[in-house]
Amino acid sequence: MDENNTALNKITEDLTYHIRITRGFKIWMGFLIIGLCICLYAYTLQLRYGLSVAGIRDYVSWGLYISNFVFFVATSLIGMLISGVLSLTGIKWITPVARIAEIIAVAFAAIAGLVIIMDMGRPDRLTNVFIYGRFQSPILWDVTVVTTYFVLSALLLFLTLISDIAWVHKKTDHLPGWVKKSYSVLSLNWTNTPEKNRIIRRCVRILLILIIPCALAIHTVTSWLFAMTTRAGWDSTLFGPYFVTGAFVSGGSAVIIAMYFFQKNYKLQNYITNRHFNNMGKLLVLVMLVYLYFNINEFLVPAYKLKTAEAINLHDLFSGRFALMFWAVQIGGLILPIILMLFRKMRAPLPMLIIALAIFIGSWFKRYIIVIPVQEHPYLPIQYVPYNFKVYTPTLTEIAITLSSFFLALIIITMLSKFFPVVPIRETAVERGLIEEEE
Amino acid sequence: MTMEEHPKNEQPQDSQHNQRNPEPENPKQVSRRKFLRNIGLIGAGAAAAAAALYSGDIFEKTKKKGGKKSVLLTQDNKLVEVDSLEIKALEKSPEQQMQLRGREGIPGRRWIWVIDLSKCRNARQCISACQAAHHLRPDQFHINTLQMQENPHTPSFHMPKPCQHCDNPPCVAVCPVDATFKRPDGPVLIDNERCIGCRFCIAACPYSARMLNWSKPKFDEQDKDLPYNIELNIPQRIGTITKCLMSSDRLREDKLPYCVSACPNGVYYFGDENEDAVTNGTTKETVRLSTLLSENGAYQLLPELGTKPRVYYLPPKNRLFPFEPSKDAEPKKT
Repeated sequence: MDENNTALNKITEDLTYHIRITRGFKIWMGFLIIGLCICLYAYTLQLRYGLSVAGIRDYVSWGLYISNFVFFVATSLIGMLISGVLSLTGIKWITPVARIAEIIAVAFAAIAGLVIIMDMGRPDRLTNVFIYGRFQSPILWDVTVVTTYFVLSALLLFLTLISDIAWVHKKTDHLPGWVKKSYSVLSLNWTNTPEKNRIIRRCVRILLILIIPCALAIHTVTSWLFAMTTRAGWDSTLFGPYFVTGAFVSGGSAVIIAMYFFQKNYKLQNYITNRHFNNMGKLLVLVMLVYLYFNINEFLVPAYKLKTAEAINLHDLFSGRFALMFWAVQIGGLILPIILMLFRKMRAPLPMLIIALAIFIGSWFKRYIIVIPVQEHPYLPIQYVPYNFKVYTPTLTEIAITLSSFFLALIIITMLSKFFPVVPIRETAVERGLIEEEE
Repeated sequence: MTMEEHPKNEQPQDSQHNQRNPEPENPKQVSRRKFLRNIGLIGAGAAAAAAALYSGDIFEKTKKKGGKKSVLLTQDNKLVEVDSLEIKALEKSPEQQMQLRGREGIPGRRWIWVIDLSKCRNARQCISACQAAHHLRPDQFHINTLQMQENPHTPSFHMPKPCQHCDNPPCVAVCPVDATFKRPDGPVLIDNERCIGCRFCIAACPYSARMLNWSKPKFDEQDKDLPYNIELNIPQRIGTITKCLMSSDRLREDKLPYCVSACPNGVYYFGDENEDAVTNGTTKETVRLSTLLSENGAYQLLPELGTKPRVYYLPPKNRLFPFEPSKDAEPKKT
């Protein structure tokens, strides 16, 4: 019994160790906030002068903002895969990774909603979507499911945190009073009774089931923003599953990057181990193979037939203006990582970080390749307009506004991971047999 | 307001007005005389006013007796009988009236457009007339003439391309706020007071017929106090869509669209499908629509997409002039 208590204490100490305001944290947050402020200044320019500050024009009218939106929605899907699918199927090793995935899901889903507002010509009329909303429009579907997914993810994150917050509250006397007070409010007076634990477990289970169809819906609907049009290159029945599998790729890489930083900075080597990187590598190979399969379908089928409009688009991707980006993304961000991660050595933390970074960046540019080239080739010729109408080049302001979404997401991830245990205390204790959990 | 209230309302006003007459220098002496005089004046005035109102009232009452009854249908589908004199038009602001009629359209009409490619010489006067009417910048084209060539062995030709005003418009389907809408008489319009600038309609339109006011519109300052005319889309507004409106404001005045009347070469026929008649904008000659379409082998743009355009094209055959390419057509790096 005493041994148990010491071990439990050790776990709690270890997992709450990072909950302290360090110099590094202050510098990092300062950097994020300054970066965000600069980017928000760019957004004030857009509010003042309209979308003309961006490179988008009448032909390529969806640019960085929309491709970034797709990327954010995509990345948020990993929460559903790891904590939804994998934990419902009873896979144990994901325990220390599940919350990281949930934090990423919450941050990216929340920011996806903001990114879409950045793209609006009239953000002041946002309420029109609710006043005059028409349910025929995929935008309405998107607004509905993205908000639902955000709420479900946030609830899931919070419910699994409640018991941990109560532990943290006891262990963090070094923190300012108001932080401690927030902990006691957030823990909802949780006490370690079987009744309360059962209620939480049941709620979590319901959420885990609900979140799966909802997550599938958000990215399917996001893909339909494109697939519901008649444009060659977007007019594809494959787009729903193509986007969903692609989402697991970008989300999976995001989780690995986060794992690496948490392991190193939060001293969690005993909890996030090489085994987790190894397993995440295998999982990523699996989802990337599925994604590669969808890519082959998406590009080979039209490339075989070369229907006029499709051919123009494919030509631009394979050997034209976007060829460099296209092949860099497909080879450097998809095929090469798959091959590398087949080797056990490459699934160690540091190689995994580098591979995951390549995949993450590749995933971002993949969305760019899906969204932009198609619009440069409408059915009718682009004539009698300035050159920048025909060829899209993002402006500096536009890039800054896009970057603000990353600053915001990083701020949310940093705050959540700083003030709450990144690795679940209770679940780890249960897993190690230190707390008895009746089924 | 009922007539009986009038005397009551006027009398106190009258007396107050009289009592507020200039202050006398010697209040005690003058005031009594003045008071009596005032009483007399008030009395006389009141009597005269009452008499006038009474006779007016009698006149109205007798007139009402002769008023006709009308049978009306209420909003909840009940037939009611109302005295014709009681029927009043609901007061609506000019903006509201223009919005209402702009969404309802012109009853009984089905506007249709035929573009004869064999006559287009790229005079571009349709474009300038349109841009002037809708206060557009030179790079904003509700209508544009494009240089077309199907393949290297077929001839090049100039093709005026307005919005196709599809009967199955993809832009309307995807609009999240019902800002762009299909009118019963044909045109697809845009309500720039509702548009949120999401540009889904631009993505959905296969004809590249829609554009956004990316920056402040050309006449932003001059137009800002005008009531919004949805059929003309003026004032143009930043961050909202603008597009060809089939000159719905002109159709309301029984006139041909701006571009159609401006064409010097007889390219455009415009008319009513229900009447099976279209009028040439240059020659003002009216011809039978069905004959024009069948005799000239008319076709539509991208019919395979199922958008059902309301614009027909007559092929560029038997041209009396050579094709002259425009050096402005291809966008160039500057």
